[in-house]
Amino acid sequence: MKQSDFLKVVLPFKDKVFRLAKRLLVSTEEAEDATQELLFKLWKSKEKIADYKNVEAFAMTMTKNYCYDRLKSKQANNLTLVHSNYKEKDTSLDKKIEHQDSVNQVHELIKTLPEQQKIIIQLRDVEQYDFDEICKMIDMKPTAVRVALSRARKTIREALIKKHNYGVS
Amino acid sequence: MELANIEILVEKYENAQTSLQEETTLRNYFTGGNVAPHLQEYEYMFNYFANSKDETYTKTIELEPKKSKKRNLKWLSVAASVVLLLSVFIGKHEYDRYQAKKQFAQITKGLMLLSSNLKKGEKALASLHIYENTVNKILK
Repeated sequence: MKQSDFLKVVLPFKDKVFRLAKRLLVSTEEAEDATQELLFKLWKSKEKIADYKNVEAFAMTMTKNYCYDRLKSKQANNLTLVHSNYKEKDTSLDKKIEHQDSVNQVHELIKTLPEQQKIIIQLRDVEQYDFDEICKMIDMKPTAVRVALSRARKTIREALIKKHNYGVS
Repeated sequence: MELANIEILVEKYENAQTSLQEETTLRNYFTGGNVAPHLQEYEYMFNYFANSKDETYTKTIELEPKKSKKRNLKWLSVAASVVLLLSVFIGKHEYDRYQAKKQFAQITKGLMLLSSNLKKGEKALASLHIYENTVNKILK
């Protein structure tokens, strides 16, 4: 496999790897390092890649494992750099700020979820993977994935409701 | 999409039983702007999900440079071990020489002591000799 072929395989999902890494490692730099490291690892095992049917799923699994390792080894110093370039909308300024604030809140809430739920939310709600693919990626049974996902979604929603009613009632 | 339908889908969504298509329907509804007030939280959630998907990895992918770095590290360890070995060897050599010097000095000192003591004995003997001579003279 030549470098150009490899890049053709890798490019479609490199952003997904990056986003998953960022979800787990929080800081952008950490996530960038992780992505680089991962792609390099994939490149080193490029002979094996040819045999895999689904390189993307394999890469996501590797990302998950790599990030877990990073989190375990306390090398990962949690630099929080919150990314916030949200799209412009035609609403008045204060409403826009309020809206953006609420959207940011979702980010903060996901941060508080357990690692496993973070991954599942990321894979399903952001990247929109099929349940079968998710099961393969994180090596879990479909029912377990659904339970975790449902729990994560409910947690986020309830926390959002709580925050919004706080000022009112 | 009717609100009633959306509510059914939301219910399914909470229990993680929606298909990808149904989730797309929900996404379109909630990111479209016209959201019923009691479902506002979902608007935030779906907007956030949509926004997070925009984030991309912008750095260039490097596939080669790390290799050389690793090789350097390998050579560095080889060099370090060679230096260590050499220093141990030279150190041992130096130590041996130092030890030998010390031994030599000790031996010379010991021999000096011996010779000086011998000289003392000789002197005593000489005086004894003189004494004997005088005694002989007198007795003759």
